Formats: sequence, structure tokens, C-alpha cells
Amino acid sequence: MRRKETIAMNSNLKIIINGIVKENPTFVLLLGMCPTLATTSSAINGMSMGLATMFVLIAANAVVSLLKNLIPDMVRIPAYIVIIAAFVTVVEMVMNAYVPALADSLGIFIPLIVVNCIVLGRAESFASKNNVFSSALDGIGIGLGFTLALTLLGAVRELLGTGKIFSLSIFPENFGALLFVLAPGAFIALGFLIAIFNNLQKSKS
Amino acid sequence: MFLSLLTICLVVAVLLAQVNKLTTGPIAEAKAKKLEDAIKEVVPDFDNNPVADAYLMPTGNGDSLLVYPALKNNEIVGYAVNSNSNNGFSGRIDIMVGFDTQSKVINYAVLSHAETPGLGSKMGEWFKNNDKPKQSIIGKDLSKRQLHVSSDGGDIDAITASTITSRAFLEAVNKAYAAYMNSDAETSATSTNKNNEEKGDNSNE
Amino acid sequence: MEYIGIIIVAIFVNNIVFAQFLGICPFLGVSKKVDTAIGMSLAVAFVLTIATIVTFILQKGVLEPFNLQYLQTITFILVIAALVQMVEIVLKKVSPSLYQALGVFLPLITTNCAILGVAILVIQKDYTLVQSVIFAIATSVGFAIALIIFSGIREQLSLTKVPKSMEGVPIALVTAGIIAMAFMGFSGIDKVFQ
Repeated sequence: MRRKETIAMNSNLKIIINGIVKENPTFVLLLGMCPTLATTSSAINGMSMGLATMFVLIAANAVVSLLKNLIPDMVRIPAYIVIIAAFVTVVEMVMNAYVPALADSLGIFIPLIVVNCIVLGRAESFASKNNVFSSALDGIGIGLGFTLALTLLGAVRELLGTGKIFSLSIFPENFGALLFVLAPGAFIALGFLIAIFNNLQKSKS
Repeated sequence: MFLSLLTICLVVAVLLAQVNKLTTGPIAEAKAKKLEDAIKEVVPDFDNNPVADAYLMPTGNGDSLLVYPALKNNEIVGYAVNSNSNNGFSGRIDIMVGFDTQSKVINYAVLSHAETPGLGSKMGEWFKNNDKPKQSIIGKDLSKRQLHVSSDGGDIDAITASTITSRAFLEAVNKAYAAYMNSDAETSATSTNKNNEEKGDNSNE
Repeated sequence: MEYIGIIIVAIFVNNIVFAQFLGICPFLGVSKKVDTAIGMSLAVAFVLTIATIVTFILQKGVLEPFNLQYLQTITFILVIAALVQMVEIVLKKVSPSLYQALGVFLPLITTNCAILGVAILVIQKDYTLVQSVIFAIATSVGFAIALIIFSGIREQLSLTKVPKSMEGVPIALVTAGIIAMAFMGFSGIDKVFQ
């Protein structure tokens, strides 16, 4: 009995780890690039975007999995889109109400979570085939992977650009290369991070 | 098939309407709080409700701005003016500027902008840095002369590499002063304020 | 004059890919060959312009009068998804040759954030219908320019020796970063038109 439980625990953990490492949405699947590049001018912005997306991922995955037998196959994609859009709107309204400054700085990229390929991709490839619990876990895993990637990219750009991480000074601002906070730095920093992640993965296997 | 899609849409619409009802209050509150905080930041202590007492004042260029009078014991202690400029580097800049009764800038707050992070976005602190009097607008008496960046022959140092933003910011401050002048002229009844008003009128010519 | 300002800003200063970060997925996905890049840009231009007009009319005609702004995201994305389907069907019937050229790209467009992004942006910027249409067309031109320049460079890049771990997407991203830097040189030119 106990053994069964630990096996279940292990497979649950596996789903989560899978989202963070093996199927990391940013570094491996290369999905959801628009918010990744646009909202990572600082670590805190990147993290908030990641968390907002994670909430949508978990909720949409769970509901899609719950309704998977009720939705006819022909209209499943529009149905998924409606469900995702509903949760995105909820996130948007709640952020506007309780963290307006953050909502301002993420701006248009909050409603654009709807078209983030990660969310629809997970609904289609995982949630429509698995039960509610593991779908939610998959949402947590992929969401965590996305959040970690965005926080890391945001931290790297903030540090190289302004000498700070989460607004804590590491070195004087004058030594920062402002380029990394601006648009070109987003592309360049992400390019090198993906290369580093690839290398680490390869050396492991 | 379409029935199920329609049902999902309807359910979602109803749920969103509920969330919308729950969040409209907090969203409006958050907006009001932001405005009140900005007013508190830019004028001395007051005991009236500037938002309720606000009125529109023409700036002289066919535009009018909202002026929030701050009163303590029924005496005017300052005015907060909600000003803006459309000539920012990336569009509109909204600021709140506080004036005392002597045409001097008490403080300012940036309400919203879309300027480049790390460059134009520095305007939130740049123009109130009292350690560097050449770039600070705090305490500047606008009745003597309008504010301009030093490269345009004025006496305020522009933000490094962000002259366009600085110009737009000072334009908004000057516009706020024009509205303040008109409102001070209208509300002041005491003779001391009259003097001040005449002085201002002279400089305006 | 005002329209020229909108056009210059949308194409160069605030380029949709290099400054706004919209439409990155197709930008990275279908930029390996110049031919496919041109096909994709045409398909995006087509859908983007129609979608902007339709969503604009819906917003002003239905959502705002009935105070339903909170349904904006959901309405817009459904309209775009339906529109893409319709464009596909109509093209198949009316112009099979055009369908052959654009057909493969159409299904990818629903999840292209440039379309939904522009539809929401014109509402946020408070544009009129004419301004919105001009903005949408100029944005598509900006997207096309970005995609075609990039695919040209990537064609060359595939013949170059690149460090092993930088191969593929990483080097493409760094290249995009350098082009974005070049595009920063355009900043401020719109002020000439004011």
C-alpha cells in the first residue's frame, strides 16, 4: 500500500519536474516567446508574468480535463479558447483591482496570455487526455518552468542593464549596459540563456 | 455540437459578469487611491477633499486641465495640477504637479508614461533630485521664467540621452503652471495673493 | 501628416517585432526561407487588417454601448479564430492559387499574438476607424519587413559555421537582437513629421 503511494508520489513529482526541465516551455519547447521577451525588463515583471500565466495554465488545464468528455471533438479548439480567455479575463480584472501598478507595467501582455501557445498547447496535448489532478499538476509544472525562465531572464537583464536584481543593488548603475533593458538586449540575453540551457542538458545526458 | 459550444460561451459570459461586478469596485478604488496618493505627494498637508473640489481650468492654448485645490483650515495651501504632454518619446505622459501659492513647484509625481525603461522612465526621480540643483525643478519659481532644458537655452539639465522625454516633461509642467495661474487668479481673494497674481501676470506677458 | 506619423512609427520606430515583441512565434518559426517569409507576411497582413476592422466595429458597436468591455478578450479571440476559418474557406473557393500560397500559414495565425495585439492596441490608443486601418496596414508592412530581412539573414546564416551550442534558435535570437539595435536608430524620426 505504502509502496503504491510513493510510486504515485513519484509520478506526480515527475509531471512537475518534466515541466520545469525536460519540457521547459521557454528553453526547450521555445513557446510563448512574445511575453518572454516583452515583460522581462526586470526580474519582478518577469516573475509576475510567469505567475499570471501559471494561474491560467492550472485553471484552464483542470477545466479542460474536467469537460473533455462533454466537448464534441469538432469544436474542441474554440471551446478551449473560450475557457482560456475566461481565465485570462479573470486574471486581468483581479490584477487591475489589486495590483494596478503591476497591471500597468505588463500592459497588453496580460490579455495576450490567451494567444500564448503554451496554454492552448497544454490543453490540447495533455489536459484533453489526462485526468483533472494530473492536468492541474502539469499546469503547475509547466507554469513553474515558465515562471522560473522568465524570472531568470528578467534577473539577468536587470543585473546587466542596471546592476540590480529585484531592485537590490549588486553593483553601481553606471556600470550597467542599458542595452540589456531595451529591446535588443531581450533577444540577445534569451539567445545566450537558451544556448547555456542546451549545453547543460547535453552534458547531463 | 454548436449547442455545447454555445453553452460554454454562455456559462463563461455569466461567470465573467459576476467577476466583473466583484472587481469594478476595487478597480475604481485603486484608481482613486493612485490619484489621491499623487495629490498628497505634491502638496502640503490638507484637510479638504481635493478630488471633490477639483475644477477644470483652461491653459490658454485651447486645452484645460484638472486643478485640485488643497485647503487647510479653509486656507489655500497649494494646488495640484493634473497635466500631460503628447510629445513624449513614446507618446503621452501624465503628471501631477504641486504648486504653492507663490508660483513655486512643491513637488511632482508621474502618473503614467510609456517612456523607455532606464532612459526616459528616470523622469520620476531625475527632476526632484535636490543634490543636483541643475536638474531639479523643486522650488523653481515659474513666474520668473518658464522651464526649458539647457540645450534649448533653459536652466534645467535634461535626462542623459533622453532630451525628448525631458522636453515633454517640462512642457507638461509649464502647461500645469498656466492652468495654476488662471485658477489662482480666480480663487484668491486676499491681498497677499493678489500681489502674487500680479507678479505672475507680468511674467506671462 | 498625422497619418504619415502613424505609418512611420508603426513600421520603423515601434516595429511590431523588434520593439513591441508581438508575433515572435511566426518570426522565429517561418523565417528560414525568404519565400515562406513572404507568404507568411501576406497572410498576416490580410488577416490583421480584416480582424482589426471587424473587432473595432464590434467594440464600438456592441461592447461599449452595452458596457460589456470585460468580454473584450474573449470576443476578439473568437472573432479572430472564426475569421481565420472564413478567410480559409473563401480563399479556397475564390482564389485557389492564393490559397495555395497562403493556406499553410492560415491555421498558425489564430495564435499569432500580433493579430490580437493590434486589435487591442487600436482600442487602447483610442484611434478612429481610419487611423486603425492605417495602423493595421502599416504594422503588417513592419512585420513583413522584419520577417523578410530576418529570413534573408538566416539563409546566409545556415551556410556559416556557428558554435555548436549556439546553433539554431540561439544564434537566430542574437541576430534578431542586432537587427533590433539597428532599428533603434530610427527612434525619433517620427518627430520630423509633427
